[in-house]
Amino acid sequence: MKSSQVTIENVSKNFGDFFALKNTSLTISKGGFYSLLGPSGCGKTTLLRIIGGFEMPTEGAVYFDGVNVLPLPPNKRHVNTIFQNYALFPHLTVFENVAFALRLKKIGEKEIKISVQENLELVRMETESKKYPRQLSGGQKQRIAIARALINQPQVLLLDEPLSALDAKLRQHMLLELDAIHDKVGITFIYVTHDQAEALSVSDQVCVLNKGEIQQIGTPSEIYESPANEFVARFIGETNYIRGKITAITDAEHAVFESPDYGNFTIYLDKPVQEGSEVAVTVRPEKIRIAPEKPEKLPPDVNVLSGVVEDMIYTGFQTKYFVRVSQNKEPLVVFRQHVQYFMDEKPITWKDKVSIWWNTKDSFMVEVNR
Amino acid sequence: MRRNYGPIYVAPITFWLCAFLSVPLLITLSYSFMEKGLYGGVELHFSLAAYKSLLNTAVLKVLLNTIIIAVASTTIIVILALPTAYYIARSSKKNILLMLIIIPFWTNFLIRIYAWIAILGSNGLLNSFLLSTGLIDSHIQFLYNRYAIILVIIYTTIPFAIFPLYSTIEKFDFSLIEAAMDLGASKKRALWEVMIPNIRTGIITAVLFTFIPIFGNFAVPQLVGGTSSWMLGNLIVRELNITRNWPLASSISVVLTSVTMIGVLFFMRSQSKKEL
Repeated sequence: MKSSQVTIENVSKNFGDFFALKNTSLTISKGGFYSLLGPSGCGKTTLLRIIGGFEMPTEGAVYFDGVNVLPLPPNKRHVNTIFQNYALFPHLTVFENVAFALRLKKIGEKEIKISVQENLELVRMETESKKYPRQLSGGQKQRIAIARALINQPQVLLLDEPLSALDAKLRQHMLLELDAIHDKVGITFIYVTHDQAEALSVSDQVCVLNKGEIQQIGTPSEIYESPANEFVARFIGETNYIRGKITAITDAEHAVFESPDYGNFTIYLDKPVQEGSEVAVTVRPEKIRIAPEKPEKLPPDVNVLSGVVEDMIYTGFQTKYFVRVSQNKEPLVVFRQHVQYFMDEKPITWKDKVSIWWNTKDSFMVEVNR
Repeated sequence: MRRNYGPIYVAPITFWLCAFLSVPLLITLSYSFMEKGLYGGVELHFSLAAYKSLLNTAVLKVLLNTIIIAVASTTIIVILALPTAYYIARSSKKNILLMLIIIPFWTNFLIRIYAWIAILGSNGLLNSFLLSTGLIDSHIQFLYNRYAIILVIIYTTIPFAIFPLYSTIEKFDFSLIEAAMDLGASKKRALWEVMIPNIRTGIITAVLFTFIPIFGNFAVPQLVGGTSSWMLGNLIVRELNITRNWPLASSISVVLTSVTMIGVLFFMRSQSKKEL
């Protein structure tokens, strides 16, 4: 199928005094799987509705392959939408739901049959064509919504939290299926979600939004591993957020960081800073190792801190430890994977004194105030 | 095991309907097959005289007139009530608008009909207005014809269509309209092909709630209609109170009830078939 590049240029939208989107610009490449990620009320759905033609921006323009589509109503844009609640027509059968777009175009019965059949096969629902939406399960409804949206051969498919009504297991499954369908049809997918795991797992590009503003655009690993600011760091996954000051720059890549709460350690300079800069760094919990005693041999370039296990949450494949390093601040969060639970020399539990360490390259500076 | 109290719950209404609906209906039905008494009432003899006298052109004309008025007013009511109910359901001031529809009910039904006489009468508001603007030279008689009946019936009955339509439209999922437009339908097309079928129960209720009372209406034609535009209700009143031919009055009632029932059943059947 033909696919389009979508360009959002300086788009703003306010509802009265409320700014849903502030001067947003982004480019969504042809055939990509692009996620708009953010908490509820961040403007992601508004942006999707603007692209779909259901909302007019207060300012700005939306281009499909360089053509401004704002003057076009939704039915004239080569876009189709998968709605959050599927919005299947309850009075029509599965077949007629999928055929709806073709019936509007007055296409011959024979062609409609072939086309509907093809699209139902794409989502593996060809046997359910005579059922009504109320007779389908959530996952089946989802599939029909996809088939119905794709029958018009849109150049862009908009997905508005399509998996939010499904249970966790099914969500995983449908996510993989969506990804497979994306690979098969090759059109641009714009996927709105508040679930960072969904966004990270299937997207080519992720745009993180908060309060109507773009926080960061990048590949899933860029977003996760080097978050652009505190919001992204805290919103995507779990993290330890440490504020402090650069006291000395030791070489081109390393500096001494002094945290009033956690003491001194070395950080890797992923951004240019000066001595005396106030910075905030994040270290992901899974990057931190934990042991009852400080190992005798440690690789170079690691920071070692000692603390006490204040709390722990066992979740089967790993345990989440809250390690208090100093008295006055939040404990650091550390994940310990149980690759060999019974081979661990000493299980770590409450009130244990522990050593924790991480490679300097695993911490990232997210805010720099010179 | 828990006891099933279901039958007890419906006992009061069962008693009520038997005593005040079924029994009177049976009495009416049996009266229609009896001979008329000299000063009203009936003689306990089986007779088809009442039904035979129904088959005269005067009665059939009234029946036809009743059907025309009922069908026309019901159609116009639904056409007017649909957009009204839609507007109310989508408005942010629902409660105020619904209140405005209820307020006329605070005035007595007859008074509201007399108000229309005051408006439409030959010395009424409408005539004086038209005369003062110079649009007409002499008084026009707007009253005492079929159109006046339809107009007043629409006015008195339209709330019964607006409320059921409002309640179904209010529950209607408007993302379906967006979905239809997303798939290429214009707004008009989306409303017609997606909203109308999904608010069908509301439309059916609206039609039943208006058609049935209109078909049996007698007060409106009595007050704003002429003798040429009588409805079945007027005939029943005449036969019961003036001519005192109770069997005939009963047989007209039986016809009225049967025509209504057949019409309603036919309508409901055709609608429920579409659902399958």
